[in-house]
Amino acid sequence: MQIYFPIAELSLNVFVVLAMGGGVGFLSGLFGVGGGFLMTPLLIFIGVPPAVAVATEANQIVAASASGVIAHWRRGNVDIKMGLVLVAGGFVGSTAGSFLFKLLREIGQIDLVISLTFVVFLGVIGTLMLIESVRLILRSRKGTYRKKAHQHYWAHGLPFKMRFHKSKLYISVIPPILVGFFVGLLAAIMGVGGGFIMIPAMIYLLGMPTAVVVGTSLFQIIFVTANVTFFHSINTQTVDVLLAILLLAGAVIGAQFGARFSGRLRGEQLRALLGIIVLAVCAKLIVDLVFEPNDLFSIGETISE
Amino acid sequence: MKQFVVSCLLVTLYTSTAAGQALVADMSENSISITSNFTGQDILLFGATDGPSDVVVVVRGPREDLVIRRKSRVGGIWMNRRSVTFHSVPAYYAVASNRPLADIASQALRTQHRMGGAFLDFPLAENSPSLTDEELIEFRRAILRNKRRDDLYFETERSVRFRERLFRTSIVFPANAPEGDYTVQTYLLRGGVIVDQESSPLTIRKAGLERTIFDLAHDQPALYGIIAIVIALASGWLAAAAFRRT
Repeated sequence: MQIYFPIAELSLNVFVVLAMGGGVGFLSGLFGVGGGFLMTPLLIFIGVPPAVAVATEANQIVAASASGVIAHWRRGNVDIKMGLVLVAGGFVGSTAGSFLFKLLREIGQIDLVISLTFVVFLGVIGTLMLIESVRLILRSRKGTYRKKAHQHYWAHGLPFKMRFHKSKLYISVIPPILVGFFVGLLAAIMGVGGGFIMIPAMIYLLGMPTAVVVGTSLFQIIFVTANVTFFHSINTQTVDVLLAILLLAGAVIGAQFGARFSGRLRGEQLRALLGIIVLAVCAKLIVDLVFEPNDLFSIGETISE
Repeated sequence: MKQFVVSCLLVTLYTSTAAGQALVADMSENSISITSNFTGQDILLFGATDGPSDVVVVVRGPREDLVIRRKSRVGGIWMNRRSVTFHSVPAYYAVASNRPLADIASQALRTQHRMGGAFLDFPLAENSPSLTDEELIEFRRAILRNKRRDDLYFETERSVRFRERLFRTSIVFPANAPEGDYTVQTYLLRGGVIVDQESSPLTIRKAGLERTIFDLAHDQPALYGIIAIVIALASGWLAAAAFRRT
């Protein structure tokens, strides 16, 4: 059954869209990741214009993170104060990102920039995941695993300190605002929640306790991706609500199965698997950038007379 | 049923050409609605002639300004480097005929009436960089090639079928056919000369939910953005609530 998507302006098979939502949802349930960094490239691979893929995926992540944050909220694992500081940076970053996105679209470089940022981030993250999981697998065989002692971070010397009770931190607001800004920028350009940057940054850069990291990250992602949705709607009219709803329907169901399935695999093996998937998507993007395209010419935007 | 209606119309046409007109043509529909199940549509064009002749049908979509870009290799990756804007490019262009166009009409006539993609002439936009003649030809050819690949431009020789003085052909509008006003021009030729011609309009419009979503996105973008966010928040919350019970 085909459905015509009014903003993407193309007709796609409903079951393909649902299956993609389901597949990425399954992986996100399995690995506990957002999935935006896989969904946006997949949408591009099936022919959705890259700009529409990014904006629509941002809209879908609003729903996915709203759904995910509830459980963490109930367990009290959301540091609202830290979340709002991150959102402050995130709003500025994602708004700037949306205007940058518009500019890049006008000069015909948005597709390239989207692909390149994905190649860089998927490449780095996939490699790190793979290395770390292989190291963990080897270590667990040897049976030695030492936890790092608490360190003093360079960030502790900065001004504008604020107390974050839930995270048991007394740190400057500058690092979280900068982290929020950077992740917001990525959210606008890549159509991702940015959890894959945010979570490591929270743990290693801000020194937040791991228990509140996921809930707080999801909390701020809702606001930042909502802001991305809003500004992409205004600047480029690239949010396809219909596509977002269908992807979401698939993702919700897939995530439930993924979460149930995750108990059967070991953490480090899971992470190695995700690393391989991420690198495969990255490789496909590289191939498309490096190999000579079938046609060097392409039609850009058109304006009716 | 549709066949029956068409046959009745053909009978009427048949008699009206006997009354003096050299060419009578009509289409099964004059408008196409893009709704959620739209996957493209074929429109039947049919008519009658007053004797043995050739028929050429030229369908043109709405005209648009079009940006075409050429990629070059920069540091190992292919990126858009040159870009040129053309005016008055038909968003859609189809030619159907009963036999090869080259056998029907002279090159001069085909050029004059733009029968065939090769004869389309897109003027450069004023702000475009200056191009050499070869570059201009290359860019124009690239437009044709890209449009053909997207099924928006095509020439189907021998797709107009005659049965005595009655003819029919079907015009294919793919799912990506843009919205707007189209014109369908039917030419009747005899011995390489245009004897008669008819022009009829055709419109393609998004309708129903697709129309509502598209209009809202373009006319009220802020409201559209807020609605998109509210839908996402509500469905996220619903999903969490639904799966909490299980």
